[in-house]
Amino acid sequence: MNDADSIVELIPRLRRYARALAGDRIAADDLVQDTLERAWSKLHLYRRGTDLRAWLFTVMHNVYVNQLRALRPTAPLDEEMPELAQPLRETDTLVLRDLDTAIRRLPPDQREVLLLVALEEMSYDEAAGTLGIPIGTVMSRLARAREKLRAMLSGLPPGGSKQLKIVK
Amino acid sequence: MSENNAPLDDPELKALSQGLHQLYDPVLQEPVPKYLRAPRRRWHGLAIAASWVALGLGVGVLAGWQLHVRLASVPPQAEVPGFVKRAAIAHAVYTPEVRHPVEVGADQEQHLVAWLSKRLGAPLHAPKLDDIGYSLVGGRLLPGEGIAGAPAPVAQFMYQNKLGTRITLYVRANASSSQETAFRYAAEGNVKVFYWIDRKLGYALSSTDIGTDDLLKIANAVYQQLNP
Repeated sequence: MNDADSIVELIPRLRRYARALAGDRIAADDLVQDTLERAWSKLHLYRRGTDLRAWLFTVMHNVYVNQLRALRPTAPLDEEMPELAQPLRETDTLVLRDLDTAIRRLPPDQREVLLLVALEEMSYDEAAGTLGIPIGTVMSRLARAREKLRAMLSGLPPGGSKQLKIVK
Repeated sequence: MSENNAPLDDPELKALSQGLHQLYDPVLQEPVPKYLRAPRRRWHGLAIAASWVALGLGVGVLAGWQLHVRLASVPPQAEVPGFVKRAAIAHAVYTPEVRHPVEVGADQEQHLVAWLSKRLGAPLHAPKLDDIGYSLVGGRLLPGEGIAGAPAPVAQFMYQNKLGTRITLYVRANASSSQETAFRYAAEGNVKVFYWIDRKLGYALSSTDIGTDDLLKIANAVYQQLNP
């Protein structure tokens, strides 16, 4: 199988990740489309024998960051996202829907790390390589993402859990 | 590497991972849209154009090239043009109207289109969307923006389906042709808008009640009708 075929094989994986990252279907497929266009045109930069999936996810990460910058030029990537109304999906249980909503509210940089690790099941190494950041940064972003999710899923505002612990 | 490098050994992360898989694994089963498989967007535009010609719909080469705008849906942009904001406001103001949703009703469609075309100084068309379940309610003239933001008349066409769900098509003239765009999407408050600029006319299709997927389908239908 050549690289082009391998890329086509990986499109469903890119779409899954994009859907989780970008939220709605249109934004997600647009992200995938831009990613693929970039990937096709930069394929000569891909080093054969290295992990093609990680390379594609790196391309998507770069496209995503650029899209976010275009969207809100001044917004830092670690800013929390406003709560968006999500269309209800019948098949979701309440818990899953809460998880979905909570993930959407994570700052994009933390959401990326969480999704690479928990959805793509990358190791810390792989996630660090994909995002081009040190492994320690992956870990700290993941820890912050988990803390926020815990707080959101228990109905507390982020940071609220700390105060409760003090009272306790 | 150390145990640190296998994040999912952590039970809480493992549970989170399972939840994420439940939420998003269905995407893996979705058929991949053809345009994502094609190496280049333009090839696809041509392929579509070719198939339309083959269908005998008489799509010219130029229109064929332009068809690629159907394929690109873009996330909200940094700068939503002023006319899109105005379109969303006009949508929100007039669609709830029970007695006076439009100035001129669909019963005088010819007059409506001729009048709006004259005022905007450009040949307008009210696309027929009956095939996809939306009939023309009518239209109105509105204050808007022309060249370089100068005041100018704009047009709004309103459609509704059998359930009474309304959509509006807002049209402005004298849009800069250098700004011709693919479909773009914007959300202004609870109004969803697909907009595009084509041959100096700016279009904004707005809805509050239908999903973006359905609205995109209608936008496609409108685009096709305006570019026969």
